[in-house]
Amino acid sequence: MKELKNNSEVAGQLLFRMMQIRRFEEKSAEMYTKQHIRGFMHLYIGEEAVAVGIIQALKEQDYVMSTYRDHGHALAKGVSSKAIMAEMFGMMEGCTGGRGGSMHLFDKSKNFAGGNAIVASHLPVAVGLALAAKRMKTGAIACCFFGEGAAAEGEFHEAMNLAAIWHVPVLFVCENNRYAMGTPLELEHSIDNLEIRGTAYGIESEAVDGMNLLAMMEAGNRATDYIRNTGKPYFIVASTYRFRAHSMFDAELYRSKAEVDLWKLKDPIAEYTRWLMQHQLISEEQMAKMKDQIEEEMEQAVQFASQGNREPVEQLTRFVYSETDN
Amino acid sequence: MSTIRITYREALRQALREALFADERVFLMGEDVGHYGGAFAVSKGLLQEFGPERIMDVPLAESGFTGAGIGAAMAGMKPIVEIMTVNFSLLAMDQIFNNAATFSHMTNGQYHVPLVIRMSSGIGRQLAAQHSHSWEPFFAHVPGLIVVSAATHEDARGMLPTALQSKDPVIIFEYASQMNMEADLPEDAGAVDLRKAKVRKEGKDLTILTYGPGVFKCLEAAASLMEAGINVEVIDLRILRPLDDATIMASVAKTNRVLIVEDAWKTLSLSAELSTRITEQAFYDLDAPVHRLCGVEVPIPYPKHLEEASVPQVADIVQLAKKILRHD
Repeated sequence: MKELKNNSEVAGQLLFRMMQIRRFEEKSAEMYTKQHIRGFMHLYIGEEAVAVGIIQALKEQDYVMSTYRDHGHALAKGVSSKAIMAEMFGMMEGCTGGRGGSMHLFDKSKNFAGGNAIVASHLPVAVGLALAAKRMKTGAIACCFFGEGAAAEGEFHEAMNLAAIWHVPVLFVCENNRYAMGTPLELEHSIDNLEIRGTAYGIESEAVDGMNLLAMMEAGNRATDYIRNTGKPYFIVASTYRFRAHSMFDAELYRSKAEVDLWKLKDPIAEYTRWLMQHQLISEEQMAKMKDQIEEEMEQAVQFASQGNREPVEQLTRFVYSETDN
Repeated sequence: MSTIRITYREALRQALREALFADERVFLMGEDVGHYGGAFAVSKGLLQEFGPERIMDVPLAESGFTGAGIGAAMAGMKPIVEIMTVNFSLLAMDQIFNNAATFSHMTNGQYHVPLVIRMSSGIGRQLAAQHSHSWEPFFAHVPGLIVVSAATHEDARGMLPTALQSKDPVIIFEYASQMNMEADLPEDAGAVDLRKAKVRKEGKDLTILTYGPGVFKCLEAAASLMEAGINVEVIDLRILRPLDDATIMASVAKTNRVLIVEDAWKTLSLSAELSTRITEQAFYDLDAPVHRLCGVEVPIPYPKHLEEASVPQVADIVQLAKKILRHD
């Protein structure tokens, strides 16, 4: 990453983003324990390099669709930590008005199209966003994140085929964290090199080390360049790992602590920090300043969420149908 | 006003052509809508006229292309998704129920899904258990969807343009058995409202509520009953969600007796909902219990005589109407 070596400011911002996501997730876990956040919540800790590496390659007008593990993607696409925390507190000031919670973060102003909690259900929708972008010649890409669990669903295969037939600008990013909830990869899939499923549909595909930010950035840049030049879809499989449980209800009976510890040695933030240090792109002092800044941001997010307002019950059915006629 | 003689199929095609001309954002996608000309020849000739970007043949992937329609609608297009028959719609149910119906409310009004889904429906062509369905009640169950039933030529011609004005997803049920049926339409027939049920025949003795293929059957029964001196009112519900309570209750207040006719299975059907609403809203207007004539709860068999026995027929409607009015 030659450009990055010559641009310590951007290099630092990327570290900041990964640290921000991680700290946000830790704060979310704390708020969950205190019961300010309820329902299902899935943390992104360990997978930060995937969202940050890909989304840095996108433009504002590009769409991002995510799964129920969506905090990291939302932050990387520019949704504010305040709006996300308020959303999880169920407050009107949340990015989805408090109606969606952790799994349904949406922010149309950032072209962040959720927060979709039916596994693989959003892949065809992403193809549709890309189809519209193509027809309306907006130049936008639809970037769609999903787990490897989704690659066993029919909608994954239907969406891949449609994207390939229609030549639409969609970037599929499979975050292969090796477990569909608690079911390991070898019980989910007949193969472990999932990228060839893209190749099978005639889609340009590659596997990437999802624990390595630089590798993810290169893949993200390569993919978006390809899509913008050809208008065709692209498929990235990022090999990654979640350090935390599947959700806050998960007792983690299906994997050993030793395995988790082994993956933690590949911590994407630590690895990227080492690289920055090695190339003298960041100082200890700057790191400390970042941590303080993030800490301050998290305090403010919690405070903002705590001071939010509950939606009046009178508005319960608002927007079941659009309000154009009212 | 002069009228033209037109088939149900031609009414549907005219609506499509008009919509494609009216708005460049409109496009039709579905299985065999292009090169084949539509499974029921509704879109015949449109590929040649509008080209492959406006008339898109899609692979057999109901969930996939319905989802793509949802995404395209969210991004500003006006897709018309044709699901060849209602039988295949269950493969797209995840997209319709979990995405199309939820996005407006779940995103707090940030995203809308101005999508029209057309599907051919109905029982009565000896297509057996997997191709003979009246599943309007499934769809009418779901908040966030607008569900309409084009029983008549007027609605086959006019529901689509109005549906395309909606910011919310609209499901239009069309009826395969009526494709060749002819009727007279005003020359300038066009958009119809998507809010009100319609009295297709006025009467005073009994209100018959129905939709879809039930409309022509009930009108035929009404003509036969008239000969016996019984003057029934036939209401075509048209809009199955949200239901037009006002038109229904006004008729009940007038006739004081109700018969509901539908091809769908009785349990948890639209007639169940209608009957409950009438009890809730017009109980003291009733002179008799609400009666229902519904599909027999059976997978529809192939032989004609068994198929006919599975759904209400004109003679059944006549007989029950007489019984309700104690003319039997």
